[in-house]
Amino acid sequence: MQFFGGSEISPSPPAPTVSGNNAHMMYVFNRNGVCLLYREWNRPLHTLSAQQDHKLMFGLLFSLKSLTAKMDPTSAEKGNLGVPQLPGQGCSFHSFRTNTYKLSFMESPSGIKIILVTHPRTGDLRESLKYIYNLYVEYVVKNPLYNPGTPIRCELFNTTLDQYVRSIA
Amino acid sequence: MAAIYSLYIINKSGGLIFYKDYGSAGRMDTNDSLRVASLWHSMHAISQQLSPTTGCSGIELLEADTFDLHCFQSLTGTKFFVVCEPGTHHMESLLKYIYELYTDYVLKNPFYEMEMPIRCELFDINLSQAVQKDRVALLGR
Repeated sequence: MQFFGGSEISPSPPAPTVSGNNAHMMYVFNRNGVCLLYREWNRPLHTLSAQQDHKLMFGLLFSLKSLTAKMDPTSAEKGNLGVPQLPGQGCSFHSFRTNTYKLSFMESPSGIKIILVTHPRTGDLRESLKYIYNLYVEYVVKNPLYNPGTPIRCELFNTTLDQYVRSIA
Repeated sequence: MAAIYSLYIINKSGGLIFYKDYGSAGRMDTNDSLRVASLWHSMHAISQQLSPTTGCSGIELLEADTFDLHCFQSLTGTKFFVVCEPGTHHMESLLKYIYELYTDYVLKNPFYEMEMPIRCELFDINLSQAVQKDRVALLGR
């Protein structure tokens, strides 16, 4: 499990991996599975209602995490399949790719999950997700009007996020 | 150190029909391998539902902290997936080759019942040769 050095925004955002507008959407969940933020930039296909979509996404991440924790070929002590794991415990994953999209995933020690869905040929976005987490800390957590556990409604966070995502993907 | 940790083949309804371990720490027992296989089958299906664009055919590569999982789905819905070291290349071609072996030695076997666990000696022999060759190729680099 990586720890995030300080709460300072790193002076320069990580270098962009691909240029152009390739980001599809982004989710932020808290540790209870509440969708704090959903942003959509380019999503032509909607198969489900928004609420169902968020639930399905959280369920997919939860189950994939228990799958990777159970499959981990480097450790012998893995426990049972499906036992809930604390953030940073067990083997997690950072991305998966299909033929139409790539999903990058990051979980903070407090259980905040940041999910970014981009074009399948996007490079490694781990550093970018860390930077987005820093944005979240700066603009949401430090906002005195924000109530933890409720959907994020911070204008400043949204505009900075849009700007940053446009610059990376 | 093994480049490939394990290989799974699951049928179109998510049942495990073949599992082979090539030296991962603390190998899984039969029940767990069955559970993991059917869990993967459903995760693969859900990932198609969450696609932002049309024409999604499921997860091809899952990058975990300590391993990569490459998955290949045949046109009939049989899924082949290997667990390997992070950053291992040429896994797509290996999976396609394993699929070829499956069609040659399993599907053409008159005693093989469709969708049932694979017990074909020729398949086992050719598979271990292919994996061995792959490992040698990896060491030669």
